[in-house]
This record gives sequence, C-alpha cells and structure tokens, in this order.
Amino acid sequence: MKSGAEKLTGFGASVKRKEDPAFLRGEGQFIDDIHLPEMLHAAFVRSPYAHAKVGAIDKTAALALPGVHAVITYADLPEEIRRQTMPLLVPHPAIKQALLPYALAKDETCYAGEPVVCVIADSRYIAEDATQLVEVDYEPLPAVNDCRAVIEDGAPLAHAGAESNIAARFPVKVGDADRAFTGAAHVFREKIYQHRGGPFFMECRGAIAQYDAQSQGYTLHVSSQGSHRLKRCMLDMFELGDHQMRVIAPDVGGGFGPKGSFYPEYINVAVAARLLRRPVKWIEDRRENFLTTHQERDQYWDMEIAVDADAKIIGVRGQLIHETGAYVPWGIVLPWITATTVPGPYVVPHFKLDVISVFTNKIQTTPVRGAGRPEAVTTMERLMDRVARELKLDRAEVRRRNFVQPEQMPYKVGIIFRDGRPVTYDSGDYPASQAAALKTADYDGFAKRQAAARKQGRYLGIGLANAVEATGLGPYESATVRVATSGRIVIYTGATPQGQSHKTTLAQIASDQLGVDFNDITVVTADTATTALGIGSFAARTAVNAGSSVHVAAMEVAAKAKKIAAGMMECVEDDLELADGYVRLKSAPDVKKSLREIAVKSIGMPGFSMAGGLPPGLEHTAHFTPDQAVYSSGTHVAEVEVDIETGEVNIVRYTVAHDCGRVINPMVVEGQVIGGVAHGVGNALYEQLAFDENAQPLSTNFGEYLLPMATDVPHVDLVHLETPSPLNPLGIKGAGEGGTISAIGAILGAVEHALEPFGVHIAEAPISPQRIVALLGEHARGRTK
Amino acid sequence: MADTRTIAVTINGKPHTATIETRMTLVDFLRHELKLTGTHVGCEHGVCGACTVLVNGISARACLMLAVQCDSQQVTTVESLATDGKLNVLQQAFQDNHGLQCGFCTPGMLMTLTEFLRDKPDPTVAEVREALSGNLCRCTGYQGIVDAALDAAKKLREGAR
Amino acid sequence: MKPAPFTYHDPRSLGDATALLAQHENARVLAGGQSLMPMMNFRYAMPDHLIDLNKVDELAYIRIEDNALKIGAMTRQRDIEFSADIGEHCPLLQAALAHVGHRQTRNRGTLGGSLCHQDPSAELVNIAALLGATMHAASTRGERDIPFAEFAVAYMTTALEPDEMLTAVTFPLPQKNCGHAFVEFARRHGDFAIVACSALIGLDAKGHIAEAAIALSGLSHAPVRPAEIEQALLGQKPGADAFKAAAAEAEKLDAGADAYITSSYRQHLARVLTYRALEQAAAQANEMQHG
Repeated sequence: MKSGAEKLTGFGASVKRKEDPAFLRGEGQFIDDIHLPEMLHAAFVRSPYAHAKVGAIDKTAALALPGVHAVITYADLPEEIRRQTMPLLVPHPAIKQALLPYALAKDETCYAGEPVVCVIADSRYIAEDATQLVEVDYEPLPAVNDCRAVIEDGAPLAHAGAESNIAARFPVKVGDADRAFTGAAHVFREKIYQHRGGPFFMECRGAIAQYDAQSQGYTLHVSSQGSHRLKRCMLDMFELGDHQMRVIAPDVGGGFGPKGSFYPEYINVAVAARLLRRPVKWIEDRRENFLTTHQERDQYWDMEIAVDADAKIIGVRGQLIHETGAYVPWGIVLPWITATTVPGPYVVPHFKLDVISVFTNKIQTTPVRGAGRPEAVTTMERLMDRVARELKLDRAEVRRRNFVQPEQMPYKVGIIFRDGRPVTYDSGDYPASQAAALKTADYDGFAKRQAAARKQGRYLGIGLANAVEATGLGPYESATVRVATSGRIVIYTGATPQGQSHKTTLAQIASDQLGVDFNDITVVTADTATTALGIGSFAARTAVNAGSSVHVAAMEVAAKAKKIAAGMMECVEDDLELADGYVRLKSAPDVKKSLREIAVKSIGMPGFSMAGGLPPGLEHTAHFTPDQAVYSSGTHVAEVEVDIETGEVNIVRYTVAHDCGRVINPMVVEGQVIGGVAHGVGNALYEQLAFDENAQPLSTNFGEYLLPMATDVPHVDLVHLETPSPLNPLGIKGAGEGGTISAIGAILGAVEHALEPFGVHIAEAPISPQRIVALLGEHARGRTK
Repeated sequence: MADTRTIAVTINGKPHTATIETRMTLVDFLRHELKLTGTHVGCEHGVCGACTVLVNGISARACLMLAVQCDSQQVTTVESLATDGKLNVLQQAFQDNHGLQCGFCTPGMLMTLTEFLRDKPDPTVAEVREALSGNLCRCTGYQGIVDAALDAAKKLREGAR
Repeated sequence: MKPAPFTYHDPRSLGDATALLAQHENARVLAGGQSLMPMMNFRYAMPDHLIDLNKVDELAYIRIEDNALKIGAMTRQRDIEFSADIGEHCPLLQAALAHVGHRQTRNRGTLGGSLCHQDPSAELVNIAALLGATMHAASTRGERDIPFAEFAVAYMTTALEPDEMLTAVTFPLPQKNCGHAFVEFARRHGDFAIVACSALIGLDAKGHIAEAAIALSGLSHAPVRPAEIEQALLGQKPGADAFKAAAAEAEKLDAGADAYITSSYRQHLARVLTYRALEQAAAQANEMQHG
C-alpha cells in the first residue's frame, strides 16, 4: 500500500513527465541522432510513375561515383528476400487478393515512390547524387486514381495480372435492415466523401542496421511504434533465429499509426549492412515521407437511415468504398474498424454495411490516429444531423433519444470487432457525456450568440458529435518489473512510446505497489533484447495493456518482497508494508529491510541451495491479456464562424467531454485529447493529399499539404468523466485517439449549421473555403452583391 | 572534386573550426559534423521550424542556410539553454505546462520563443500563437506550448532566471 | 533532400558579383535563401555555381529620397518590417509584410529575393505592382531600370538576363492623403495568398475619389493593375455602390487554375477582396481628411 507521500505521484496524479528534461535540453536520442563508427548512408531510386513495368537497370555511372559503396536492385537481394513479398500483418478470409510488395520492385511498380534501387554511400549527399545517375527503363502502365471508378467494368488494373481491383469485400450486419426499412416513418439518404490525409509526424521514419558476422545477426534501430512486431517481420523475411535480430526503437518523434507498419527500407538497410559489413543508416526525407509513408485517404459512403416518427433509429444501411491503395499490408483492419464503429453510442437495432476495399495506384492506406473511426463517426453524426433537420428537432435532442443508456451496460451492439469478439461496450454514460459537453459549451446560450452575430453580418454555427471508441486492444503487452541488487527498480516493456508519456505513467502505476516515488523507477521501452514478447503502441492500447501488466507485475514483486522480508525479519507478511524503498513493520516502521537487501537475498548465494524457496530474483513478468476491447467515449462541441464571402472557417470555441475510465495522469490525458483535436481540425478543414488523374501525388511538401498551425487550432475546454472499465484491474481505457475521432463530425455540423440560412449541406471532409463558396453559390457574394 | 571551405563558427559561445563541403546545410553541420543533435530536421524546406536556431541572435531555419554562410558568425542552439543541466525558465515552463509530447518539434519551439520573449516580454495569447505559427507540432495541439510561453513570460517579467 | 554539388562564391562587392555571374554558366545568386534553398534541397534547382550575395553589404539599405523609397535588393524583410522610416512613409509595405511567411523566414528573407522569385501570390510582388516600382538591375554590361510592369514575363520568371541581377527597388511613395489597404486570403497565417488585393484611395475636397490604384495578385502569372476599374472609380463617391461595381468588374479578370484552386474561386476572391480593400482604403482616406 502506498503511504501518504506517494499519493502525490502515483496513479491519478498530474506529475511532471520524466521524459521532458532530456528533450528540453536537446538530449533526446532520435534515430538520426545516432552516429555509429564507419556508418554509411542509404538513398533510394523510386518509381516516378504511379504504375509502370520496370525493365533494365543500369547502375554503372552510379557505381563509378566516388563515395558510392553499393547499388542494390531486386536482382541483388538475397534469395530469401527475393522469394517473399512483405508480410500480410493481419490475415482475414474476406481478403480476396493479398497483394504485397517486394523489398525492391521486381518487375512492376504500383505507386509513385515505390523503391526500385537502394544506393549506399559515404554520405546522404553522395547517395542522393548517385540515385540521379542510376538509369531505369520504365514502361508506364495505366494508373488508377479514383477508388469509385476502379471497380467499374473495364477500368484499368492497379496491378497487372490481378483478377480485379477489389482487395476485399465483406458485409457487416445486425438484425435485418432491409426488412426494418420497409414501412419506416422516415428514410434519409446521405452520400459522404471523406479523406484523412496522412500522419505527418514531425520526425520522418528512419532505420540503422548493423550486422554482426559472428552471430550472423542484426541490430536494427528503427523509428517505430512496435519493436517486437518489426523483429518478427524481419525474422520471417530473413529466416533467422530469435537470437539473430535485435530491434530497438529510440526516442520516436510521433507515430500516429503509420510508424507501426513494416516498410521495405528496413529490409534494405539490413541487406546492405550485411553486404558491406558496416552500419547503414536511412533517414526518410520529407519528400519520401509524402510519397511512401502510409496514409489514410479516401472513403465514399452511400448511406441510409430509417427512423420512426419520434426520430428513434430503426436502422442504418449502405455501402462503403474504402481505398486501400497499392497493397494491403494490414488486410482489412482499417475498413473493419470503420464499419464496426458506425453505430457508436446509439441504439441501432438493424445495421447493414457492404464494405468494398479497393486497390489504387497510390501509397497504401493503414491506420492513422483514429484508424477509420473518425470517418464512421462523421458519417453517423451527419445522419443524425440530417434526421434533426428533416424532423425539425434540436440536434442534441435527436441524439438524446437514441443513446444507449448506462443501465444497458454491458451493451452488445451485435457485430464482431477486429479483435474477433462481439462489440460489447463495457461501461459508459453517453447521455451524461453529451450533457456535460453541452453545459461547458453553453449550448443553451448559443442561439443568443448566433443572433447577436447575425446582426453584424457574421455567421456562427454550433455542431456536436458523439463517439464510442474501442481501445485497449489485445492480445497483450509485456512488462517486467525488476529490482536490481543495487535496489534500483526498472520496468521493461514492449510498449513503444512516441510521445504518450509511458515512461512517466507506467512508473506511476508501479510506484503505488512498490512504495517508492515514480522518479525512482526507470522504464525501458521498445528493445527486443530486454523483454521477449511485445506488441507496441498503437490503437490507444498501452495504458490498458502495458499499464495492467505493470500493475500485475509490480503487485507480484511487492508480494515477493514481503515474503522474503518476512523470512529475514521473522514476522508474517501481513504485518509488513512497502514504503520509501523499504519493507517495514506496519507497527514499527523503523524495523525494516531495504529493497536492496531483499533483492540481494532473492538471487541466492553461489553454492548455497535455494531449494524449496521462491523463484529467484526480485522480479516478475506479466502479460495482461484483455478479454476484449474497452470502450472509451466522448462528446465534442464545435462553435465556428464562417465568412460567407471567402468561405473561411474559424473555430471560435471548442469543448470536449471525454471518458477514458480511470485516469493515470490527468495532465497527460488532456494533452492526448487536445492534440487529437488538432489532428481532427486538420482532417475537417485543411489536410488534403491531391493526386492527378494518373495517380501522381501533387501534395508533396508542407506548403501544399496544410497541417494546422498554432493560429488554426482552437483552445480546447476539456471535461473529464470517469466511468471505470470493469475489464482490467485499474479500470482504465485508452485515450490516444478520442480527440481526433469526433472532431470532424462536430466541425462539419457546425459549418453546416452556420450556413443553415442558405440551405448549405456539407457531405465531405475536408471542407475547404473554396468548396463552401461553391456550395453557397450567389450567397457567397455577400456584401458585394 | 567536392567544393570545400574551412570555416570558423562560434556555436553556443564555443569556437569551432571545420573543413566542410560548401553544399552542406547548417543543420547537417550542427547535427552530423559537430554532433549537436538537439536541433532537428523535420522538412528541409523551411516550413516546419524544427531546425530553428539563432544566428547572431536572430532566429533562422537552419535547413535553409549553408554552413559556409555561418563562417565567423555566432550560432545559438537548444543545447545552450540549460545551465549545468538545469532547465531555464522557458524550458521549465514547457515541462510544467505539458508543452511537449514526442519532443521532436520542441527545440525549434524553444528557439523561436527565446527570440520572441526577448523582444516581446508581455505578449497576448494571439501574439504567442502568431509567433508559433512558423513551427509545426503534430502532438500537442499547441495549447500546452501557448500556456508554457505565457507562463515563462510572466516568470521572466517577475525576474526569474 | 540535399542540394546537388555546386561551386560556392561569396563576393564582397557588386562588381565581383556581376563578374562572377558573367563568368559562369548555370549560376544562381543566393539572397536570403528562403525560396532558392528549398528548391535546391528538393533538387528542383541545381546550379553549378552559387553566388552568395549575403556579404555584399552595399546591397542592403533603406533610403527615402525624392518622394520615393529606395531599398537595396539584399535588405532583409525584417529590416523593412521594423524600419521606422518605412512605417512613417510607406506603412502599406509593412502591412503587406505582416502576411509574408513567419518571423524566421522574414529574418533571413530579402526584398530582392522575393521579387526575383516572383511567386505570383507573393505580397511584396503585389505592392511593387501597386506602387509601380522600378527595378534596378546590374551586370558587367552596365545598369538598367526595368518598370515593374515589365519585370514579370512569365510564371515565376523575370525579365532579368542570365548575367544580370537585381540591385535595388524604388517604390514611388503614395501621396500623403491616400488611404491604403492590403487584404489577402490565404489558407493559413503566413501562407502565400490565394488572392491578394492592395489599394490606394485619395479623396478630393468634396470627398470624391480623386486617386485610385488597385493591384490584384494570385490570379495569373503576375499581379494586375486593372486600369479600367481604377478609372471608373475616379469622381465617384466612396461607398458600397462604387465598390460593388469595382468588385463585380474584378471578378471578370482572367484567372488561372491549379490542382487545388479553381479559376472561378480566384475570381470570386478578387471580387470580395477588391471590395474590402477599397472599403478599407477609403475609410482611411476619409479619416485622414477629417482627422
């Protein structure tokens, strides 16, 4: 049990982050900060075409350039790498064509930027010089861009020789939607286009490979969201033993999903390191980042909602065309999450969605912060707004009538989630969440604000969106808590932070059990040499999985410490407590043994028997394996002003009510939610990856791809609600993505509301000023009319 | 043959002499020649601000300068801010206000605000946001950074060091 | 994204700079580097010779003379932004500069660099058009003056010969009683404008428009001075009717399209921003007249 002093830093405390001082002094160690002796540098020749046959490659001139060490083509790759494509990370029977790329293009490139040749040189400067000297014969093939057009008969194929452009097709069903729609009082149809851009973490990807000839093994530093899964991919590709691959993620400058994918460059640097017997570094530059880091782009929704006369939902049905891009590394994970998120906090008795995932000649789409959920929530909330408008009801009221009620928990939605379990909401109070958000946003006072603004010719609107988010996905995350014989405490985990503060929050959790300050616990993440199993940090899963594992492991270590101390002190364990780095008698705190003494005792003495005693070492490894996802929830309320003459949208007020169960560190959760809102603002208003009709990327720099700046993101008022999850020992749920998920729907709703006098209907994200002006038509002339 | 020059630059008060290729950018020189890796590379086209340093006390994108241009100039980087490891007022305000998450944009933010708060000790929220508009952050939503800037400004006005 | 190899030159005088420029094929001059350096990092620009003007001190100055403002090509944008002289004599230039990039880019970026880069949406390009600036160019062959209207010859292309460089720009100062405005629409703070409009309005004793100048940029490869719209405003009473008529005409100007922005949206913005610029400039003129 914790003593009074520790309550200030353990679970629930907004302690300052352990990570910060090093970052603030410029002493973080990101991938490109690592300099190894004799290190060489990689650059890639990439396909300039979205779709092409690759013919002869002439590397003579490149090899002749001083400072160039190797020019590697597909033909130069080791046999096991030539034989295999990159792995399908999550197989599923609905995948019709599991098309995946080789480490370097074999004979066809399927997106602009696909790596064709890997050049290794003394510096990145020289490597880039050499890439310009490699001559590749390309024969351009017809490329496909629009994911709606490509499923039509006669459309060109994204992959030469494929049977069609369909990667996967599957239904998601609850009840009997078609029957339920017959005779419904009202049916409304919405066609919605959504585009989510890319992750655009500030630190681009990168990797450094070292080869050890003695073990014929590799050490790979990667800016990644999960070292262990990456190691598994590398072991499979190179057909190696467990001891021959160590993967370490150093400090990671943002991930947002796509840094959790496996990329061909990582294989290539390892191949080059073995070939040249020197460390090889590849750092993605921003142009490569725009071309080759996974994105989350287009979805086209054609949806209908049926409601009764009281605006209660009878059913939702429709079709979703989802763009997977050139390949399907994550199978159907992204469209599956999207599809299963649609019902959200509402009772939807009948639901039917036909999901088609299609190939295009563009970089593949994989989960980006929110992972398909923002699109689902935006769609559902657009439908709810439509119902309110048609039935002339307040938009909050329509939602109130349809909420799953707290007393219905645990609530079975009736569909299967990507974890293979039925979607079952573990806990939550959705009506309370909306009520809290509306109160903080002064929803009731909005009409007055709007009327006052109208008198000045300004157009205000308010919008809201609710979401339920599956978080804390399994299978597990590892945690070892170990007390060294020096008394120092370390936690090893497979969790791989990219800004989420794991080194602080996991220490906070353990500190409660171990009776020490969280600052006395070191957290070592993302090194496959320190812990055998791990999954990584994505899908808002670390607090639940790693947090619970740390909790369990720390509890076991505390129990063991008491047992050993009881033997040493000749008392019973129940009389003991852990505090200030000691196990001490509750009744006489001065009678105590330090964790250091206990740790020394725990490992035994050479030559002395430990037979019959405890397993050696003051440590424990736990792999908390959740039964199913836990469901966070929240409500966003956006208030915007729209300039009807320019179409500019200005967010003037923003409120979030957020429920992620019990909160480990409120400051950290607030940071996660507010940061997520900024990402949602980008998706709603700014971020668009443009391609030409030949699928050639046009947005390849930060001048054309608009990330929200400090002047674009509103101040966010945050309300915390805490409905503990019954499904893990700490009652926590994930918090990393909730900020993004509801933002788009709330902002679109607010823009549409502001433009209500003109009958403008918003059915796309992002919505640009240009588009708003187009939708306004003559009205956009405003004062100049 | 590569075009090279020998330059003498004062970085964080310390003189450095080096022979470099003239095409090397200032940020690559700092990071890979001098191993001062606190200054980060985020876009190499002058938009993200992660590489912001002070040249003769004035903020600049280190990805848009050549190292050779800094011959006989004074360059100040994030590594200069703390004294004997102790965070300065602005750095401490970042920790206190959760002004960083992944920490990658942070050095650029700190250098931008070092110049800004020196020139404008009592800024409004809007002025802080405008000052930060040349530095992109994907993690924080900027709120913690804005709070940190205002907190640091207040403490500096009150004489904190 | 590393620059391709080049030979670096850092002349200390204008004469040395023009000599280098005359001597070398495929040479580029480097000013503040805020446009050329990104292009070199992307390898869109791969000069064999880079002539760095940052040590040519004689090219950085701000002078008010003969009712004109003469600014050396290598004058930093920040020096214009913070110049008290310019604040007094040509505040419009500072109003436009407030929209140019960010603090860090204005610290390095120069007047000449921006004008020679000639991005059609650049704010300084707009002001040069409005004020009818004179561009002073030099080469080993001599010096010449180019009226701004003849300076931009095509998209991001100037009238400068390969061996020529910009040395200074002279902006005729607006009349003291003129109100001015610079308005633009950009997606984010500091971005290049989609469309920008600047205006000067002078009123006669009766309060009628006696002087009118408008520059619209972002529509096509160079900013336009719509003479007919300017003419039509003369003698009018400043107010909604006159401004609406001008705005409606502005919408008819030719405009280009790209992957992001349609020509009709550009034309719409020309309409809206013309109205706003005139309104703002006239209000200021009126205030100046009546104190």
